[in-house]
Order: sequence, then C-alpha cells, then structure tokens
Amino acid sequence: MAALNWQLATVTALHDETPRVKTLSLRMPAWLGHRPGQHVDLRLTAEDGYQAERSYSIGSAPSDQPMIDLTIERVTDGEVSPFLHDVLTVGDKFEVRGPIGGYFVWDGAAADPILLVAGGSGVVPLMAMVRHRAQIGSGVPCTLLYSSRTPDDIIYADELTRLSDRNDGLRVIHALTRAQPPGWTGYSRRIDMSMLAEVMEGTGRMAQAYVCGPTPLVESVAESLVSLGLAPSQVRTERFGPSGS
Amino acid sequence: MTLHNEPADYPAVDALTLDANAVAGMLIDVFGTDMTATMSRCAHCGNRGQVGSMRAYTHAPGVVLRCSICTEVVLRIMRRADGTYLVDARGAAYIRM
Repeated sequence: MAALNWQLATVTALHDETPRVKTLSLRMPAWLGHRPGQHVDLRLTAEDGYQAERSYSIGSAPSDQPMIDLTIERVTDGEVSPFLHDVLTVGDKFEVRGPIGGYFVWDGAAADPILLVAGGSGVVPLMAMVRHRAQIGSGVPCTLLYSSRTPDDIIYADELTRLSDRNDGLRVIHALTRAQPPGWTGYSRRIDMSMLAEVMEGTGRMAQAYVCGPTPLVESVAESLVSLGLAPSQVRTERFGPSGS
Repeated sequence: MTLHNEPADYPAVDALTLDANAVAGMLIDVFGTDMTATMSRCAHCGNRGQVGSMRAYTHAPGVVLRCSICTEVVLRIMRRADGTYLVDARGAAYIRM
C-alpha cells in the first residue's frame, strides 16, 4: 500500500482560524487523493529519536492536487499541537501517512440526507464533507449542527455562512455554549436531546449521521440520536478523546 | 491527547474512549490494509458491524477494541519490543477480509 508509507509533507501555508485553531496546508510528495472524513497520521521525531504520533482529520475537500489542509486545535500542555502551532513555519517538513479510514467517510454516493454534528474542532472532517458536497454540486440535504464555546471559537465561520447562503440544501445551525453575541438567535446551550429532536424534524429518520468531537459530546449525541429513532448503523462517530488532541 | 483543566461542556463519561478509526493506522500496520470498513462479528453478542464502529481504548498497554453494542472485548493488539504484533482475536467470531 504505497499511499500509506510515511512521506515528507511540506508546509505551504499557515492560517489562523481562531485564537486556538490553525490550518496547515501541506504538499504531499505522493498523494493519491482522499475521501471526505479521512485522516492522516503525523509523526514528529526529536533529535534523540523520540517519536510522537497523532492523527489529524483532513479538512479540505478532495482535489486532484497533492495538497491537503489539516486544521488543528492547540491543546494546552499537548506534546504535538503546541509545536505545530508555535514552532512550525512555511517550508518546514514533517512525516505524514495517509489517507486513513474507510468508515467515517461521506463521498456523496448515497442519496440519504446527512446530519453532521460537531463539537469544537470535531467540525474538521465534517467540513471536508460540506466542502466536497458543494464542490460536486450535490443536492443531498445536509444539516450541520455545530457546538462552539464562544463566537470567536467557531472554526470556518465565514465559509460556513457563505456556503449556507447558496441555498442548496445546506443548513448550518450553531450552538454557543459559553458566550453569545448580542442579538444571537441560535442555540445558547450544549447539544441535548431536545435540540437534536428539533434539528431532526428537518432531516427525518432516513438521515445518515456523522458525529465528531470530544468523547463526552459524541457519547451523549450518539445516544440521543438512537433514542430519537436512528439505528446505530445510521450513526457514525469519531471520538477525539477528552480534549480533542 | 492531553487532559487539561478547563471545565468540560459535556458530562465526563469514559472520556478516554476513542473509535477504532483512531487506530486505523496501526490496524494497517497489523493487517496490511485499511480495516475500518471491514465487517466483523462480535463473538459475545453476535453484532455484525464495521471494524471502524468499535470502541478503541489506547491507554492500556496495547490497544483494546470493544463491541459498540455489548462493549465486550473483540480484539486486543500488543506491539512487542521487536516491532511485531500480538493479536488476540478471541472476541471476534469472524473478520471478513
């Protein structure tokens, strides 16, 4: 499997999404393309040989270019993400392998509506799906329910507004759990069962759900969706662990 | 990943739980192919599902994959010092490859 050898990715651009979240654009020497929802493994090697490995979701839509975007949250006291945020500059190289994963993917082949539920940087693999959907002109109804702490923590905020303004069947619904701007009309609490029930009125029981975020959020959302009538096989999950490393 | 001190927005369940998708890279090392879309059957409860739907626990020595329905252990994978793997698949009735 040639695509899964470690290869040396080059950073071509860095972009601040929020105060804690950065997008790294990478050029891959041998890239066979990816499917929306897939991730890569990233490996850093210290001078003494110590290695740290992490998985990061690809945020960009598939393209015919050997380029991918990783959107990465800075984890306080983390081993890898502070390096990626604070030390890395354009032109730097590090080891990456992928694309990885065939389970948490949506590539537009199915006609069923999709319900995407994200907590924080859990939006990244779902954004690859949203971008891909727009790129291929899919008319599959798509709802993104996205929980962030404050307005400043919303990743891809402007792009999500632009994409939902196209009125092509994409609904973006925000929940802000800690602070809301004046005149906020979205949800102002954590995602819960009654919120999901309201959101599901617009998507129906046939929806394929993709849930990504910190483990406690994913557990709670996945359980609620099944209680609301989705089969376990209609709920695909990607847990990030306690803080979304 | 790292535990940090900010209060969580969601109640702490078993916050260290991941999905098998998170260890997909290691599964490729072991099985030589992407396993996340592969069907398997839990030997405990009979649930059939894709390997990617299992729960992954990576904080024990080695990786433990549990059935998403009955939570029993399906696969245990240990990486040995010489770089080889030990795979305990007693919890899988089958893995379709």
